[in-house]
Amino acid sequence: MIEIRFHGRGGQGTVVASKILADALAKEGNYVQAYPEFGVERRGAPVFAFIRIDNKPIYDKSRIYAPDHVVVVDPTLVDAIDVTEGLKEGGWIIINSDKNPAEFKFPAKYRVAAINATEIAVKNKLGTLAAPIVNTAIVGAVVRILSLTKLESLLQAIQEQISIKPQDNQKAAQEAYEQAGRQS
Amino acid sequence: MKKVIMGNHALSYGAMLARSQVIAAYPITPQTQVVELLSEMCADKTLDAKFIKVESEHSAMAACIGASVAGARTFTATSSQGLALMHEMLHWASGGRLPVVMGDINRSMGPGWSIWTDQNDSLSQRDTGWMQYYCASNQEVLDTVIQAFKVSERLAIPSMVILDAFALSHTYEVVDIPDQAKVDEYLPPFRPQVRLTPDDPHAFGGLTSPEHYFELRYKLQKDMEKAPGLIEETGREFETMFGRYLGLVDDYLCDDADIILVTSGTAGYTARVAVDDMRKSGIKAGNLRIKVFRPFPFEHVRRIVKNAKKVAVVDRNISYGHHGMFFQEVKSALYGHDDSLPVFGFIAGLGGRDITPSTFREIADIALSKDRPEEEIIWIGVKR
Repeated sequence: MIEIRFHGRGGQGTVVASKILADALAKEGNYVQAYPEFGVERRGAPVFAFIRIDNKPIYDKSRIYAPDHVVVVDPTLVDAIDVTEGLKEGGWIIINSDKNPAEFKFPAKYRVAAINATEIAVKNKLGTLAAPIVNTAIVGAVVRILSLTKLESLLQAIQEQISIKPQDNQKAAQEAYEQAGRQS
Repeated sequence: MKKVIMGNHALSYGAMLARSQVIAAYPITPQTQVVELLSEMCADKTLDAKFIKVESEHSAMAACIGASVAGARTFTATSSQGLALMHEMLHWASGGRLPVVMGDINRSMGPGWSIWTDQNDSLSQRDTGWMQYYCASNQEVLDTVIQAFKVSERLAIPSMVILDAFALSHTYEVVDIPDQAKVDEYLPPFRPQVRLTPDDPHAFGGLTSPEHYFELRYKLQKDMEKAPGLIEETGREFETMFGRYLGLVDDYLCDDADIILVTSGTAGYTARVAVDDMRKSGIKAGNLRIKVFRPFPFEHVRRIVKNAKKVAVVDRNISYGHHGMFFQEVKSALYGHDDSLPVFGFIAGLGGRDITPSTFREIADIALSKDRPEEEIIWIGVKR
């Protein structure tokens, strides 16, 4: 079983990111369980989303405390909260950032990947300049770095799930997928 | 067709596939998406049903009662304070022998104000004459709505299909959404014996003298007693058609178990993980998840725990001044049958505090370390 925790801020589409990933995984016959933080979400406040992936039915309905990997949708969260809380040794920290992975001061037991999802989102005119919607790009990178699904399954999930600008979102996911391929 | 959907939408799809004809509901966290999706389905004609907007849950149930008396298949959903506000009307639905099906998202009662899960909202309604199904997965939620209509309409008794706040309501899982044609074959249209119609006038809910009232209650209980058999029969029929059995209980590795955990809701699935872990470390544990709480599956409980050395009942609820309510029922089932079997009552997870595999390990360790329970209630994870 693989457990992943997403960190974002309310309004960035973090929960939708986990949902799209769940859809893509399910298309390939995986069992998945995706859930948002159990609470009240507010725009701009730190939010979490979680996903469990397995090749057999998932009975554990408790929350995820020791994720295999974390995904940081909003880079400002790195200074605000401990995004590595409970993260297992060897786990990936996948961050939406224009920095080089080596610039982040995470313990050496973790692997770090940085993907400039914001730039990709802006380029594809997703959201606004002030509030770009980065979720499809970030999922593109996650799928590639963690070798979770084929790109086609993700693109199909985006097509089905995203009603606004599905093609631009697919392009963003694909670009991020390709960029991430150079890091994994 | 397999789809990744949230628990709330599993209720909506269940109500849609059952071809609900009238839906009356008032939104409340964490139930809102159930009726959001149903209202969209009614608006775009995916579902040919009348969606009645109301100003309160009391009115929602009143509208369901009116529609059901008129012969419509009727669905609603609520949670917590909303369910409490329906209380008077719940009696009216069961006393009126109306097969309304309702989704309830288990949310703790306020105050303290909470949107997180425990079972005190639905269990506070246990004596209203409704059947109660506690679900552990989104698939089970969808399937149970369809089955609940079938059982309810055969017995003329309403049903609650219950799921945990967030742990199911907002959790996305892969769900096999059955074909409409097959569901139609499983669940025929609702044809009540009598209904409110000018063509064939009847009076409903009139003054009932002591000469007759007693018998109405006797008949309600007698029909409720038929439910366990009917739930199993319709559950097997469901399995033949859809490949998934829907029973009263879900027993996992209980046959040779020394200790059996008695659980419900999503915690009843998490317990399986703990059982697997314990089995690996040489502890013969089993898990008896009780799915149907009303009517209570007395015989199943007796049969399944018969050979165990210890029983640990885990309640996510409390009857203040007494015990956890599943604990009460399990003891009641064993009374006069096996008084020597130690039954331990644990309370965990109130107000949405998480119940994890290690919670169950802690519970099993306590039960295994003592000959008999030393306390009326053993509290797990409470800060004192």
